[in-house]
Amino acid sequence: MVATQTDFRAALLDPERAVPDGLIDGDGRPTTRRFAVYRNNVTVALIEALRTGFPVIQKLLGDQNFDQLARLFARAHPPTSPVMMHYGANLPAFLDAFKPLAHIGYLADVARLELALRRAYHAADAAPLDPARLGALAPEDLMRTQLHLTPSVQLLHSRWPIHDIWTYNTVANAPKPRGIAQSVLITRTEFDPEPHSITRAQFAWLTAIRDGATLEDAVDTATAEDPDFDLGPVLTLLVQHNALTDLTPPKE
Amino acid sequence: MLDATLTPPRLPAAPGVGYKAQHFADLRAAPGPVKWLEIHAENYMGDGGRPHAQLRALRDEFALSVHGVGLSIGGEDRLDPDHLARLKHLVGWLEPASFSEHLAWSTHGAEFLDDLLPLPYTDATLTRVADHIDEVQETLGRRMLLENPSSYLAFAESTWSETDFLAELVRRTGCGLLLDVNNVFISATNLGYTPQSYIDAYPLAAVGEIHVGGHDEDEDDHGAPLLIDSHGREAAEPVWALLDHALAGTGPAPVLVEWDNDVPDWPTLRAEADRAALALSAVAAG
Repeated sequence: MVATQTDFRAALLDPERAVPDGLIDGDGRPTTRRFAVYRNNVTVALIEALRTGFPVIQKLLGDQNFDQLARLFARAHPPTSPVMMHYGANLPAFLDAFKPLAHIGYLADVARLELALRRAYHAADAAPLDPARLGALAPEDLMRTQLHLTPSVQLLHSRWPIHDIWTYNTVANAPKPRGIAQSVLITRTEFDPEPHSITRAQFAWLTAIRDGATLEDAVDTATAEDPDFDLGPVLTLLVQHNALTDLTPPKE
Repeated sequence: MLDATLTPPRLPAAPGVGYKAQHFADLRAAPGPVKWLEIHAENYMGDGGRPHAQLRALRDEFALSVHGVGLSIGGEDRLDPDHLARLKHLVGWLEPASFSEHLAWSTHGAEFLDDLLPLPYTDATLTRVADHIDEVQETLGRRMLLENPSSYLAFAESTWSETDFLAELVRRTGCGLLLDVNNVFISATNLGYTPQSYIDAYPLAAVGEIHVGGHDEDEDDHGAPLLIDSHGREAAEPVWALLDHALAGTGPAPVLVEWDNDVPDWPTLRAEADRAALALSAVAAG
């Protein structure tokens, strides 16, 4: 009997399935414990990858519950690429539909935040914009300028306080999360991604800028969220954290 | 068959270690006998950030070996062209002294199973693996090294011994070999032969690199010892003895200490590198 890789794979991720035929020990006897090593290796490797990728989800659920979730997720969604740094991209959608944890509504969005931090960590490098180039623009030109965010910048909005939850579970003595919706900007000043809590209007402005709007069009979008929107703080935040890489001044 | 003139400079015949980011500062301050580092290719396939910056800093001070764990050279499917392109890109900008992969499979259909899975040794698998090695060497424009697996079981359908299978791959493709003596010890114990006899039957002239590492001990269905390739502790005494036996046949060679799980502090890992240096000095003096 011949064990194809299709048989092997099917039995690897399904512990109920019999060990494929044709697999033997050194004396030619069929073997279950030996096949179990591969079963265990694959499961442990995938759970470990998810632990590494979602430390806050692990902390929120506890080790045992997290491992159970990870085992179910890994069997349903094995990786589709050998580049494991992106594994788990569909865990948030899995959590959205996962009834046993539906009572912890914020889990999926916290997982989205952890994924965004990973994307920021591995994003392409980009030289930061020299702030003098912003200062050199006449005020009317500045407002008609497009800003280009560095590839590491990530934006998220949640109806849950995801920034507070993430911080409470990663930073000593952080305040308890408040019961509010939160928007998050992730920057990577050098190598370490940093999440910042931002207002809904700042989120609207940043989303417009990311999508290619001029400063003034983005301000219009933000003012629709909050008539008192002030451009200064968010622009300072971007410059201080090397989150701008270039600008396109208006064409005359 | 590969054009031998494409072969880049070799790794130094000295100790190397599997690179872990937490050792970055220690390695540069106090490398001890370590002259080269091995990285897992897939961990450096992001677009930038710290992983790339660390490699750019390290390559000025150490020779580098790129070790793939996801190409699935032993797979029934064709090689993943996207993954091959990623490897070509990494090897292109990093210009490592060596590229190596495993005699194993890990991808099936669209799924990556994140383990080094075994294959039977038959005429059909020999042809397929040789074709895959040819494709890798042509794409990368360089000779690759192929590593022997750690085995927990065998295939009733196999008609080749592992050592003959590897020797024939070398003959057909011109590839080199990465001899993992920990894997030899694990497979020999698990499948009931002596590890020395494996080394003696192995095509030692093709060896471009040697691995040592740690394993765990378990039992099979019949209470026989079942060793597990864990890379989570010091190499066992019989593995160091097997390194001596292998080096007696190869002469001085690049020797890598692998420690991938429960990664220790730098002094503990460096002590393993010191031990590899001792083994190398004995063969150089002998």
